[in-house]
Amino acid sequence: MTQLQRVVIFGITSAIASEVARQLVAQGSSIFGVGRNELKLRSVLEDLRARKGVQQVIAGAPADLDDLTLHEALFDSARRTLGAVDAVLVAHGTLPDQLRCQESVPETIAQIQTNAVSAIALLTIAARHFEAQGSGLIAAISSVAGDRGRQSNYVYGAAKAMLSTFMDGLRHRLYPKRIAVVTIKPGFVDTPMTAHVANKGALWASPDEVARGIVRAMQRDQSVVYLPRFWRPVMFAIRHLPERIFLRLRL
Amino acid sequence: MRGPLSWNRWPRVDHRAVITLQHRHDPLPKVTGFMLAHGAGRSYGDVCLNAQGTLLLTRRLDRFIEFDRYAGRLRCESGVLIHDALQLIVPQGWFLPVTPGTGYVTIGGAIANDVHGKNHHVAGSFGHHVRRLGLLRSDGSEIVCSPAEHSAWFAATVGGLGLTGLILWAELDLLPISNPFMLTQSRCLRSLAEFWDVSAQMSESWPYTVAWVDCLAGGKRRGRGVFFAARHAPPQVRLPLHRERRLSFPFDPPFSLVGTLSLRAFNELYYRRSRPTAVTLQHYSPYFYPLDRIRNWNRMYGRKGFLQYQCVLPFDASREALPALLAATAKRGQGSFLAVLKTFGGMSAAGMLSFTRPGVTLALDCAIRGASTFALFQELDAIVSSAGGAVYPAKDACMAPRLFRSGYPRIDEFHKYMDPQFSSSLWRRVTA
Repeated sequence: MTQLQRVVIFGITSAIASEVARQLVAQGSSIFGVGRNELKLRSVLEDLRARKGVQQVIAGAPADLDDLTLHEALFDSARRTLGAVDAVLVAHGTLPDQLRCQESVPETIAQIQTNAVSAIALLTIAARHFEAQGSGLIAAISSVAGDRGRQSNYVYGAAKAMLSTFMDGLRHRLYPKRIAVVTIKPGFVDTPMTAHVANKGALWASPDEVARGIVRAMQRDQSVVYLPRFWRPVMFAIRHLPERIFLRLRL
Repeated sequence: MRGPLSWNRWPRVDHRAVITLQHRHDPLPKVTGFMLAHGAGRSYGDVCLNAQGTLLLTRRLDRFIEFDRYAGRLRCESGVLIHDALQLIVPQGWFLPVTPGTGYVTIGGAIANDVHGKNHHVAGSFGHHVRRLGLLRSDGSEIVCSPAEHSAWFAATVGGLGLTGLILWAELDLLPISNPFMLTQSRCLRSLAEFWDVSAQMSESWPYTVAWVDCLAGGKRRGRGVFFAARHAPPQVRLPLHRERRLSFPFDPPFSLVGTLSLRAFNELYYRRSRPTAVTLQHYSPYFYPLDRIRNWNRMYGRKGFLQYQCVLPFDASREALPALLAATAKRGQGSFLAVLKTFGGMSAAGMLSFTRPGVTLALDCAIRGASTFALFQELDAIVSSAGGAVYPAKDACMAPRLFRSGYPRIDEFHKYMDPQFSSSLWRRVTA
C-alpha cells in the first residue's frame, strides 16, 4: 500500500478528480488542487475543507495548465504548502469536437497541447522531483480512446495514446527506483465533459465509481488500470481486430 | 423525451429536456417553456415533474460549502442528500434538527417541500432550521434570504414547491447529539381511542413520536397499531455495534406484491410481533430510515406504481374525520404497510404554502389498481375537505384545485414570488 498522505491533483474541478479528492480526504489525505476556473476551484476546495480533519491541509491554486511556464511554480507551491508530496494525479483534460478539429489545424494542435503536451510536462516535473526524493507515485488519467484511433474521436485518442506511451516509458525507467506510475484508462464516464451525449447506455460509468477505482489503483501501485474493468478485454479485442474489418466499422 | 419519474412512478410524463446542473456559479440554462428543479426524485406524484418543460437535475450540486463544527452550522449546495450531510456531521456530534423518513432526499427538496419529521410537535418543520438560502431567479439575479432578510422571499421559497426559482444553497442549524443512537420505546394501541391518549401523554416527554396503524382492521379494532417514541441517546459508556446492511429490490414485478391478502398478513404479524416494552438503544439509521435499507423498494408495487396519500386534519374535526378516512380505506381493502399517524405541534408554519399546521396527519400508500384506487382518493379528499384539512403536495398526484385552494389560503400572496419561468406538473394541475 502506497502512502497517499499528501496528494497534488491537477484538474481537480473535473467530476472524476473532485470525487477522487473527496475519497482521499475521507482517508486522511491532505490535498493541493489546481483547476482552471477560479470559482469552480473554490467550491471544490470548500467542499474538501468541510470534510477534512483538523490536521489535514486543503489548498490549491487556479491555473491554466496549457501555459507550461506555470508548472514548475505550481509544483513548488504545492510542495511548500503540503510540506512534501507523496503522489501526483494528472487529471485535467478536454474532450475535443472531432469535426471541428478536422477543419482546423490550430484546434487540433490546441487539443493535443491540453491533453498530451501539458500532461507530459507535469509528469516530467513530478518524475524529477520524486527521483530526488527517492519515493512517490505518479498517476494520470488517460483513456481507452488512446488504445486505437477511431474515426469519431482520433484527435483525443492520439493525445491520450501519447500520454499512455509516455507513461509506459516513465514506469519502465522509474521501476528500479520504486516510484510507481499508474495509468488510468476510463471508458465512457457520465461527466460534464460528456454531457452532450444523449443516450447513455449500459457502458457508461458514474464518476464516483471511476474515482473509487482510481483511489484503489493508486493505493495498490497498479500499472495500467481500465475502469470499469470490463474495458480491458473489450479494448484487447478492439486493438486486435484486423485492420480490414476495423475499417468497415463505424466506431 | 421521457425524463425521470417520481418515487411512486406515477404519473409518467414527457419532458422537453433534462439538464444536469454542474456548478452553482453557472447561470441557468436558456430554455423555452418552463423549468423546474428536480433533486433526488423522492417525492410522490407530480410535484417534481414538469411535463413538456425542462427539468434541472440538482444532484451534482452536491458540495458542502462550510461546516462550522463548533457552532453547529452547515452550509451546502442544494443537491446534497440528507444522508450525505449526516455522514459528515454525525461523527462530529451533530444531527439535522428535522429529518423526513428517508435520507435520500436533497436539501433543496427538503426546503421546497418544507418536509417534517417525527419531532414536529417540538421542532417544527425543516424550514424552521434554515438560517439562509440562495435563490437563483431566471432573470439571473441571486436572492439571499432568511427569516430576517428578504423574509417574504424566504417564506415563499420554504414550502414553495420549487416555484420561486432554483434553490442554490442553504445554511442549516444543527442539533447537538452525544452519539449516533436513539432511545426508543413502543406501545401497542388497541384502538384509535388509545392513540389520542397515548399520543398526548408520550408527546410531552418524547421529542420523536409516530404511530403505525393497521388500516385494514375494522370494527372495534379500527385504528389499532403501535406507538413509537424516541429521543437522541445521552452519552453511553458502551454503544451497541451497528452494521449497515443493504438489500435491493432488483426487478419490476409485473404486478404489485402488495395485495389485500399480503397486507392483512403483514399487518397482523406486525401488530402481534413482540416488542421490548423497555427503552431500547437503536442506531439512528434503522430508526429514522427503515426503508432506506432496501434499494428501490418502490418496485415492490409493480410497474404500474402506487400512490401516496397524506393529509392533515384540524384537531377538533379529526375525531370524526380520522375514523372516516380509515373506514373508507378499509372498506376498499386498500392501504399500506406504512400507514402512519402523527400529531403536529402548534408552531406557526415556516412557509406560505407549508403543509404542516396544528392537527393530526395520516399517511398511507396504495398500489394503483385502476379506477377504484382513484375513486378511493376522491372519497378521502372529500372527507379531508369537509373537515377543513389539507393534502400534502409533496405526496400528491390527484387532488383537485378546490381542495388545494382551501388547504393553502395564502396562494394569492405566494403568486407574487413565483418565478415567471418556473412551473411544475403539480402546479398546473392544482391551479387549473
